[in-house]
Amino acid sequence: MKLHGWGRYPVIEAEADYFETRAQAADLIHTGSGGIAHGLGKSYGDSALSPHVIMTRRYNKLLAFDADRGVVRCECGVSLAELIDTFLPKGWFLKVTPGTKLITVGGAIASDVHGKNHHSAGCFSESVLSLELLLPDGTVKTCDRHANPDLFRATCGGMGLTGLILEATLQLQPVTSAYIRERITRCRNLAEAFDQFEAYRRSTYSVAWIDCLARGEASGRSVLMTGEHDDDGDLAVQPAPGGAIPFELPGFVLNKYSVALFNQLYYCLHPSRPKTQRTTLDAFFYPLDRIANWNRMYGARGFTQYQLVFPKAASYRGIRRVLDNVSASGIGSFLAVLKLFGPENDNYLSFPMEGYTLTFDFKIQKRLFALLDRLDAIVTAHGGRLYLTKDVRMPRRTFQAGYPRLDQFLSVRAHYDAPARFHSLQSKRLGI
Amino acid sequence: MKLLILGANSDIAYAIANRFAQAKKADMVLASRNLDLLHKKARELMIRHGVDASAIEFDTGAYATHASLYHQLDPKPDVVVAAFGYFGTQARAQQDFEEARRIIETNFTGAVSILEIVAADFQKRGSGTIIGISSVAGDRGRQSNYIYGAAKSAFSTYLDGLRNRLARHGVHVMTVKPGFAHTKMTAGMDLPGPITASAEQVAGDIYTAWLTSKNTLYTRWFWRWIMAIIRAIPEPLFKRMQL
Repeated sequence: MKLHGWGRYPVIEAEADYFETRAQAADLIHTGSGGIAHGLGKSYGDSALSPHVIMTRRYNKLLAFDADRGVVRCECGVSLAELIDTFLPKGWFLKVTPGTKLITVGGAIASDVHGKNHHSAGCFSESVLSLELLLPDGTVKTCDRHANPDLFRATCGGMGLTGLILEATLQLQPVTSAYIRERITRCRNLAEAFDQFEAYRRSTYSVAWIDCLARGEASGRSVLMTGEHDDDGDLAVQPAPGGAIPFELPGFVLNKYSVALFNQLYYCLHPSRPKTQRTTLDAFFYPLDRIANWNRMYGARGFTQYQLVFPKAASYRGIRRVLDNVSASGIGSFLAVLKLFGPENDNYLSFPMEGYTLTFDFKIQKRLFALLDRLDAIVTAHGGRLYLTKDVRMPRRTFQAGYPRLDQFLSVRAHYDAPARFHSLQSKRLGI
Repeated sequence: MKLLILGANSDIAYAIANRFAQAKKADMVLASRNLDLLHKKARELMIRHGVDASAIEFDTGAYATHASLYHQLDPKPDVVVAAFGYFGTQARAQQDFEEARRIIETNFTGAVSILEIVAADFQKRGSGTIIGISSVAGDRGRQSNYIYGAAKSAFSTYLDGLRNRLARHGVHVMTVKPGFAHTKMTAGMDLPGPITASAEQVAGDIYTAWLTSKNTLYTRWFWRWIMAIIRAIPEPLFKRMQL
């Protein structure tokens, strides 16, 4: 079947198999020459692509729930959306959630996803109390911070390359409302955005939309959104009207003029004085999930996301240089996001580090790759790195420079003979 | 309210269980062969919807076990769903009678065996609903799957007769005829995307039809018209086609 990541680039032919029991999973990993697990396909590039993929969505049962402690045990194919639908009405929400709830628990762990509260709550692995991993030799190991800790640190953020994550036990957080009290602040340039992130350091959630095409004085102008869980006791979830992009738009629709125009309108739409409003969890955390197939906006050639992080001290300089290069190239990013991360964790390939992360969406076009190579150089020069879950073209040297604990990851992978059974187009490209 | 779902490991069956558990907080008895998988599904229904769910072993071909299986249930179910089926391989069934026999017995004979037992109980109680999942394939025999089609056709006619017998006793019998659906059973097939339903959509249609006591449901709705056209093609022409 035809398979691709969320960026719809590349598109490959893959043999896809499903499993419903552990025995079936063990059989699958021994057929052919190995492959990679594939959940809901929201990684942007080739992390979950391989000539042979093991689809996890049929292994999607909730196994147990402790209503007093908010601990749920579930199979890897359960989606975050399903967890929220089931447990939010009971007063439990995810401790860490990324920008979409349409991902599997297995995928959330393999990418060690982060959310708007990384500065206070860390990555998704913080909620993982333990996981069950199916190893290349067919055995299943329980991994957590005490049992097989090396394997745990290699698997969280390990892009499915250490084994097949079968089950996870997750800690949820208690909430008393399905609403968020959101505050929106406009920042005239990058320096002001940085100041505001610092000022709102104690907010539970914070993220900024950034205008990547603004130049000069206005470079880095943004709209900062911070949020706190409301406590009004209203846990009823209102179904939100959604739309869909029914077919892929022609490639010329998103270009530097339309994007610049959109950015101008979006920036001006928000008042210059901070504004507070009550918004649903869905609208605050998952604004794009409501537009089904929004990735079709980028046209037939697809798109990629470029997400970088700089260490805090180098962030301002690094981001200014990146923004200058992007706006000079004229390649507009329809969506650009800025966020302040907290300290990095122990996982060997986990992406976040203490500093600022910047994310761009770029339509695939010939000129793009040269720009990204230039940006790579800036990222490496300032001690930063790129996010594997978004990546589709990162060269080996950029990867090696950005992940100092790569050797530890590789030695765990080698110890369990994983390279023979678990590999993706991305892992082959990066030589790991 | 309590449901007995026969063939509960099938995708449509599980989607039905979820729909009724969510909408009516109905308790569930799931019956099929793979008990481990069934127990997992029962537990999930309990976690998700707070209903009571249990798993029992059911083999369509073990006719002698059907009576005791049903009579051990206490309380008896209000709705029984016959969701078991076997598509088989037409080419193999043409060569190997065992395959043909399996298709016929799983889809038809096994259904008659268990449903007569259920019908007797419902008739005595004067209430209840039997939902039989047949197929559009039973509407006309065609060269690509006529053994399966014949078994489903027999099942549909059986359900017609059962409906006729039980109507005066306050018992409703609904025939469900799905067209193309994305399920375990059709996993290897290349189905046309736009007209292929998900198991959840089929379950949704079944739930809505149950609310209004529909007699025969085509899911999705347009299959009623597709099959009307297929049935209308004159035989001298149809016999030369390759549907």
